[in-house]
Amino acid sequence: MSLAQVLFLIVAAVGLLSGLMVVTVRNLLHAALWLIVALFSVAVLFAMLNAGFLAVVQVVVYIGAIAILIIFAIMLTRREALRAGAQENRLWPVAGVLCALVFLGLAWSASRLPGAQSGPAQLPGSDALVALGTALVSPDQYVVPFEVASVLLLAALIGSVVIAGDRLRSR
Amino acid sequence: MIQPGDLIASLGSWLRGFLLSLGLAPGLVSVGLGLLPAILLPLIGLMMAIPLIWLERKWVARLQDRIGPNRVGPFGIFQVFADMVKIFTKEDLIPQGADKIIFSLAPVLAIAGVVGIWAVLPFAADVYGVNLDVGVLYVIAVGTFGTLAILLAGWSSNNKYALLGAYRAVAQLITYEVPMVLTLLVPVLLAGSMGLNDIVRAQDSGWFVLLAPLAAIIFMIAAQAEVGRAPFDLLEAESELVAGFNIEYSGMKFGFFYVAEFLHSFTFGALGAAFFLGGWLGPGSERFPILGVLYFLIKSLAVYFVFVWTRGTFPRVRIDQMINLSWKLLTPTALGLVALMAVAERATQGTPPLVHALVLLAANLFVLFFALLVMRSMSRAARERLASRQAGSGSGMVAVGGSRAPAGAASALRD
Repeated sequence: MSLAQVLFLIVAAVGLLSGLMVVTVRNLLHAALWLIVALFSVAVLFAMLNAGFLAVVQVVVYIGAIAILIIFAIMLTRREALRAGAQENRLWPVAGVLCALVFLGLAWSASRLPGAQSGPAQLPGSDALVALGTALVSPDQYVVPFEVASVLLLAALIGSVVIAGDRLRSR
Repeated sequence: MIQPGDLIASLGSWLRGFLLSLGLAPGLVSVGLGLLPAILLPLIGLMMAIPLIWLERKWVARLQDRIGPNRVGPFGIFQVFADMVKIFTKEDLIPQGADKIIFSLAPVLAIAGVVGIWAVLPFAADVYGVNLDVGVLYVIAVGTFGTLAILLAGWSSNNKYALLGAYRAVAQLITYEVPMVLTLLVPVLLAGSMGLNDIVRAQDSGWFVLLAPLAAIIFMIAAQAEVGRAPFDLLEAESELVAGFNIEYSGMKFGFFYVAEFLHSFTFGALGAAFFLGGWLGPGSERFPILGVLYFLIKSLAVYFVFVWTRGTFPRVRIDQMINLSWKLLTPTALGLVALMAVAERATQGTPPLVHALVLLAANLFVLFFALLVMRSMSRAARERLASRQAGSGSGMVAVGGSRAPAGAASALRD
């Protein structure tokens, strides 16, 4: 086993364990912190697969924005965080079986992907980043999905401003 | 024969040969040599904090017509060491009801958020931790750990002042991240790369502060707010919050936050030097890396001095003024600037460098003029509204708001 494989196994184990902690730990804020660990280990996996851009974006978007938003929401509703109800209901075996089936299906189809048996693709440094950038704006590739997503995000942005503005005015 | 240009590389190959001659496995030597800069860089960074604290205390003292530390050693240079001894021997308190693990984790994250940036700082032509192709994004990503640290410190202290300070801090950091990211797009645009060393190299024909002075100014303001120092030190406003998010910290844990703040300010100085002042570029820096390190240090200290100067000069602004300044002035200005710069850069491709520089400079001045125009009309409207309100209520007070344009613009937009 090479060093890269050992590192991969360690990082994957950390990611899975912290994912487990997110759903089992009692303290809601601790769950959010474990979520950050899980997201960060995914970023490390991206970095190990020569996808530095994805790794950094993972940290900026998921840890820098979404996790901090979650922590903020938890802090502002501190009483809710202390609620001590049961953590599962009687349907949990069904959910477990469903999850196992989904996992098996994903694992099987991932193993059938071309290149699944080989190591990480050797991407040529910053050229990959340039290729990604040009692919997003070139008309014969992904410009239409990219623009549609941009318009959607802009609409969401304006919508949130309208909602917040209405509340301010009626006060 | 050792070339003067790659001193570090020859040192590295000498060390590799020496370790191999000791009979270590080649794989182990490679891992060790990879780890060496990873250990050395944070150490150098943290050691930098010692002279920086003394320098900044002296500078601020002189700016405020004081003498500053002058008792321990010549010019008080050993004051920091005395403070270190004191802080090491202090009792490490953990308040009752605090979340112990998070309470101890927060100072570590605060330091990590700063030292992480040092991995991509280009000290000289071939002296850097790593030339990441996503260096600028990496700087932003690492910075989020600092935000997280402040949030966790405030929450885990089980103290309402600490929590209030943390809320303010996070609102401020998230707010000023937006103009910061937008202005960093300008050097990226001009250099055509996100790697810090490539950005420095691209300034060979002209520093970006000459091509995009407005971007540099917005970067400075946003950096000052990101570090959380006066006039943007709302997160530790003594008169309102006692001490802010770090109120419950004592001993070395407080020292961590203290060092992180000073180092953060200097690190932003170094980033400013790399993005806008040509980093290590200078006469002879390609041949002699040590000259490049010297240039980089001098430029970083120059930018850092402007931060200290600002800190020692301006009074603290109100929280609503601060948030408004970012969302309603800096962010739209930065957006307009990025759009205009993209067009100007593309339009002047292939023209002589002087024309290119002049067109970019003109674009900057146009955006600056437009922003000042909007600011003036807004602050005028604010002053009129304030005057009419006070005349109506009959209080007889003279309208004092709006004497400074950003403050006036901010209060104009409040309702």
